[in-house]
Amino acid sequence: MRRFVLIAIPYVWLLALFLVPFAIVLKISLSDAAVARPPYFPQFDWAEGIAAFIAELDFENFVWLTEDDLYWKAYLSSLKIAVVSTFFTLLAGYPIAYGMARAPEEWRPTLMMLVILPFWTSFLIRVYAWMGILSNEGFLNQFLMWIGVISEPLTILNTNSAVYIGIVYTYLPFMILPVYSALERLDGSLIEAAEDLGCSRLTAFWLVTVPLSKTGIIAGSFLVFIPVLGEFVIPSLLGGSDTLMIGKVLWEEFFSNRDWPVASAVAVVLLLLLVIPIVLFQRNQQKQQEAEQ
Amino acid sequence: MIHFQNVTKRYGEFTAIDNLTIDIYEREFYALLGPSGCGKTTLMRMLAGFETPTEGKIFLAGQDIAPVPPNKRAVNMMFQSYALFPHLSIWENIAFGLKREKMPKHDINDRVDEMLRLTRLEKFARRKPHQISGGQRQRVALARSLAKHPKLLLLDEPLGALDKKLRQDTQFELMDIQEKTGTTFVIVTHDQEEAMTVASRVAVMDHGKIIQVATPDRIYESPNSVYVADFIGDVNLIEGTAKLNGSEAYAMSWHEGHEPLTVKSPTAFSDGQKCHLAIRPEKVAISAEKPAEADNAVQGRILDIAYLGNISTYHVELPTGAVIKAQTANTRRIARRAFTWEDTVWLSWTATAGVLLAD
Repeated sequence: MRRFVLIAIPYVWLLALFLVPFAIVLKISLSDAAVARPPYFPQFDWAEGIAAFIAELDFENFVWLTEDDLYWKAYLSSLKIAVVSTFFTLLAGYPIAYGMARAPEEWRPTLMMLVILPFWTSFLIRVYAWMGILSNEGFLNQFLMWIGVISEPLTILNTNSAVYIGIVYTYLPFMILPVYSALERLDGSLIEAAEDLGCSRLTAFWLVTVPLSKTGIIAGSFLVFIPVLGEFVIPSLLGGSDTLMIGKVLWEEFFSNRDWPVASAVAVVLLLLLVIPIVLFQRNQQKQQEAEQ
Repeated sequence: MIHFQNVTKRYGEFTAIDNLTIDIYEREFYALLGPSGCGKTTLMRMLAGFETPTEGKIFLAGQDIAPVPPNKRAVNMMFQSYALFPHLSIWENIAFGLKREKMPKHDINDRVDEMLRLTRLEKFARRKPHQISGGQRQRVALARSLAKHPKLLLLDEPLGALDKKLRQDTQFELMDIQEKTGTTFVIVTHDQEEAMTVASRVAVMDHGKIIQVATPDRIYESPNSVYVADFIGDVNLIEGTAKLNGSEAYAMSWHEGHEPLTVKSPTAFSDGQKCHLAIRPEKVAISAEKPAEADNAVQGRILDIAYLGNISTYHVELPTGAVIKAQTANTRRIARRAFTWEDTVWLSWTATAGVLLAD
């Protein structure tokens, strides 16, 4: 009985906080928009029964998503931004994680603290801070003009570059931490063994360090990729009018158009898209656990 | 083949290797033996190229190896932790070094197969390191380090992680392989039994210095210092003063009211010089009656008996309070043992049984 209760707790949690809301969103996505409160139809009515209610639901909104090219372009563009920024996050995060793992033992907690420190400030404020840095009169342009690299201010804010910078900055800790934990466990004598067997420093890195930190790289990449795909705040604050991301489209459907059913359909499709990487991520984690046993 | 010339290694204030000069010959099985922290691992890591001497030079086949990085040295190392690549199969682990040499694929296959045969690992070629036992891993590490035909193979506590029985078997295997391949082996160990078994020469180290280099039997039978005598095996140490008594013979007075001990020693001592007599327990005989013709005999009381199966060690307390260990082979069954606790017995040894060592 006690065991049953213990198992039941997480299931009830998932049911109440994940499955039920998802069912509601799914139901809304199958409804029609209406000028009403709430702004969709049909509402469940006990008098008419469940059959009549289901008969009113249809896939119209999903069909609509395929008809208007805005949506699939937004999905595609989000996908591209997510892939590219994950790549850059890895590029920036790996050397940092490597440096941390190679640092003297007594330094590591401090370095770790520094990586986590930005979380102490609100995410929104940090993104606003980037607006101050990247704008035409911002710190970056002033600095570059002061040292004489450029004579005209660069337009960075409100472009895709600003979005990439914002995403890489925000999600860097999510890349650093798993890669660091993989690199920290790496036995230094393996690198020495590789050198002893004829590797240069660089080949030893490619043949030993990188493959052995693979699980960390994969975990970090998913931790960045999955939330970036649905990212809304960064593109809407730092991006321009041509920055197309599905999170932004979703927001506009909900709040500007008040078309809840289409917005819900967008959300459902996004979730289905995310299921694939999430499953892959889970599998990676599982494999890692098995390898450790 | 290897020549260390006045090599010193310092880490900040700490001197790991102190002005050390040694030679290691070709085809030799050379053991560096010492307690942990004595500098033996540093010495080996300098040979492999992971450390550079602060002062002095190391020559390998006449060539100063200081500027040669580890990956360019004809030296391979077997790591204490084995350092097998966990993401590669046994076959790929052994082939790792060969691939770096850009060896033709066909030759790599032949060589890896040969190494697998040598170490009897044919069946495990496709497995990953975590899927095989400790003893097998140790053999993979050996195969991997031998695959490149090194001029010199370094073994860092290679058998430390194995249990006793497996260790003994592997020691003989190592000797076999060393003979078959004709490679020079340098082994680092803190296990004196292991060093004695496998090595053709043993170097006993302490605090960054080599105390004695000799064949295992000479290290055991004629240590050059109290430290070596005490470090290798079991020993009784009796302190006293020497007095010349005939050619190469000394009378050592060790306690007032007791007859001086008769000792033969090729090294010269001046009259009245403080010295230690080091004598191995198995060279001390134990008897109930005073033996008639012994060079030295002392009386004592049995304090303790350590029964080890094949032999027994008697701890005998002399009237002076000193405890002398005597070992006898248990040729009779235990029930018929002649002595028991609290018995008064005579210990005796010949004049040549012990070694006289300066303070």
